Amino acid sequence: MIVRLKLSALSRTSWREYLLRFALGGAATVVAGLIAAGFGPVVGGLFLAFPAIFPASVTLVEKHVRKRKEKAGLAGSRRGKDAAALDAIGAALGSFGLAAFAAVIWLTIGRLGALALILAAAAWVAVAAAALRLRRAL
Amino acid sequence: MLDYLLRFLVGGIAVSAFAALGDAFRPKTFAGLFGAAPSIALATLLIALSKQGADFVAVDARSMILGALALAAYSWTVCVLLHKFRMSSLAAAMAAFLVWFAAAFGMTAVLIGLR
Repeated sequence: MIVRLKLSALSRTSWREYLLRFALGGAATVVAGLIAAGFGPVVGGLFLAFPAIFPASVTLVEKHVRKRKEKAGLAGSRRGKDAAALDAIGAALGSFGLAAFAAVIWLTIGRLGALALILAAAAWVAVAAAALRLRRAL
Repeated sequence: MLDYLLRFLVGGIAVSAFAALGDAFRPKTFAGLFGAAPSIALATLLIALSKQGADFVAVDARSMILGALALAAYSWTVCVLLHKFRMSSLAAAMAAFLVWFAAAFGMTAVLIGLR
């Protein structure tokens, strides 16, 4: 698989959409903190992997692809849903990376402190990439 | 109050940054990986480490493993609802929340206990 960085795609997202993501992301982080404060870290920890902004993200993916395809005279609705489904598959694979991220913190935070977060971020990248490769190989 | 304002700002920036990476990368499956980026977790755990200490963060992270596995089930469900049932993205993503709650709280009740 050839991975490409297409910076021009950033201009397709409007300022309103960027603002919506920022607000939802900020609100989700505050709510995660409130849940941890109210119910303790066992329940609070679950919400660190809650798909709070997923509905907004996947809707934007569908909308952008649908508009682009309709402009080109293609079946926009079907293509938009297919693109959103592919995005969801990517998120499912990335979730295993997120589980690895959490596992590294659980096992090393007591000894490594803040360094554990850096190690965990590396584990997220490695496991998510490995899951993607494995899916393509199967 | 200041603590929650800080959480809002750091969380908003982290989520926006990972979402922008998801917009910019191709193919779509690779870009989708950023939908499960540890954006909220990074902000929350950093603040928790400085305020509540490593033991609190370790318990948080242990539960997060199960939350992430529930996220895998959630994302897969969204994909099935879109691909097989041709639901709209928003309807699929909202309906699949049931799967996340059932998987996350079910696994936690069985493996850790909810207290």
